Amino acid sequence: MFSPTDAPGPNFRDLLRRVGLDPFANPDSHGPAPFELRHGTTIVAIRYLDGVVMAGDRRATAGSSIAHRTMEKVHPADRHSGVAIAGAAGPAMEMVKLFQLQLEHYEKVEGAQLSLEGKANQLSQMVRSNLGMAMQGFVVVPLFAGYDLRRRTGRIYTYDPTGGRYEETDFHADGSGGRDARTTVKLGWRSDLSRDDAIELSVSALWQAADEDSATGGPDPVRGIYPTVATITADGFLRVADEEVAARFASVIAKAAPR
Amino acid sequence: MSMPFYVAPEQFMKDKADFARKNIARGRPLVATVYSDGILICAENQSNSLHKVSEIYDRIAFAGVGRYNEFDSLRRAGVQHADVKGYQFSREDVEARSLTNLYAQYMGNVFTHEMKPLEVEILVAEVGSTRESDQMFHILYDGSIVDEDRFSVLGGEAEAIATRIKGAYQDGWDLDTALAAAAKALAGPDRAPVAADLEVAILSRSNGRRAFMRLDDERVSQALGQAAAESAPPADEDPPASDEPPAPEEPPAAAT
Repeated sequence: MFSPTDAPGPNFRDLLRRVGLDPFANPDSHGPAPFELRHGTTIVAIRYLDGVVMAGDRRATAGSSIAHRTMEKVHPADRHSGVAIAGAAGPAMEMVKLFQLQLEHYEKVEGAQLSLEGKANQLSQMVRSNLGMAMQGFVVVPLFAGYDLRRRTGRIYTYDPTGGRYEETDFHADGSGGRDARTTVKLGWRSDLSRDDAIELSVSALWQAADEDSATGGPDPVRGIYPTVATITADGFLRVADEEVAARFASVIAKAAPR
Repeated sequence: MSMPFYVAPEQFMKDKADFARKNIARGRPLVATVYSDGILICAENQSNSLHKVSEIYDRIAFAGVGRYNEFDSLRRAGVQHADVKGYQFSREDVEARSLTNLYAQYMGNVFTHEMKPLEVEILVAEVGSTRESDQMFHILYDGSIVDEDRFSVLGGEAEAIATRIKGAYQDGWDLDTALAAAAKALAGPDRAPVAADLEVAILSRSNGRRAFMRLDDERVSQALGQAAAESAPPADEDPPASDEPPAPEEPPAAAT
């Protein structure tokens, strides 16, 4: 138990540091990693009328081989926000776990939620403290989106490996297939997208990314694996059912087929 | 003038215990009880922002009476302990029993070694997957633990309130009935309970990963109003409501 004068406050990372468990506290430089890393790839966030849609493919690669087919890259950060990750899978998953705990810890200790901007800044600090690892090739680039309960709108934040934080107005996509996904969204985005339109657009962006990028997985009807799609609105973070995602893919494929 | 160089340890401990007990008895009380879907904690508290009842972890809640700054620092320590443990091992490994032992150790230590004992009593409650695995630990100012099975009363007039809630208690009662009875037990026979003076939270089995939920004044008034309506009119020929299990209620509307 900490004395009142040196209690770590509502910051969970400070607390971990104090008890010697901070996962990003290893600044030793070892040079580039001598082994193949698992990488996560394409993630998308699109703002629409009621909030934000987030989507991510499920493939993790190590070099040119597929390391994992069912990786989840889109996670709830708390009730009204979500975080998607691209980059080195190990540190990325650790970052998501720590970020979720950080928000929950703050909420419990303080009895109030952080503002959306406060959450985005927290994530920025985590990305920044991973810079040493990023220099060795363990780059993690998250995408953060949420529903701002004070402004009543969806908001999207992107990051660079140094922790730079940039707010996007309408949409963004990251990861190795991010460029193709971004172009697809750019061509299809309107300011009055409905939920269904936004989901279809995100699915179409992932489809185009998987078409061009070997590290991005497409829909896999044989195994029943579909990309993760979630909506974040005033009602909170809600995962879209696989059946609905499958149906959206079918419609995207039907439109692409006759050419 | 004589100086008391020597105080018998018995007398010393007794003085400390009297001091703690006296100050805790001045605090506003709270009642916790199990109900069909989990655990209900109902506290007398006029503040809307300084909470007596709080969330510790997924299935664990904390409640305290007495000095606010003392039980609030215990609460923070509990959240820190639980979150670090869940991070280090797994969420399933965080349980009320180990947290209770930690609190008991700390409070016992303060009681024996510090000048002033803590002027608080706290409750650590954990909702299980079934009614049988629900747990409530009542920890006293000196670190002694009482493992409560059906209900627990903390704070001033605890005995009188316990007698009242004991009389009303039914196994497997629903939330509204339990809440009305707890509020009535707190208010006593002379005044009617008012939702604005109560802080109510539940640990509900059907609430997903985080079982803790606060009930707002509107929701509390609804439960109190229903109970008043049931008991007030002599009701045509119906048997008294207390004999038959009330109709199953829908889960309470989400509240902050």
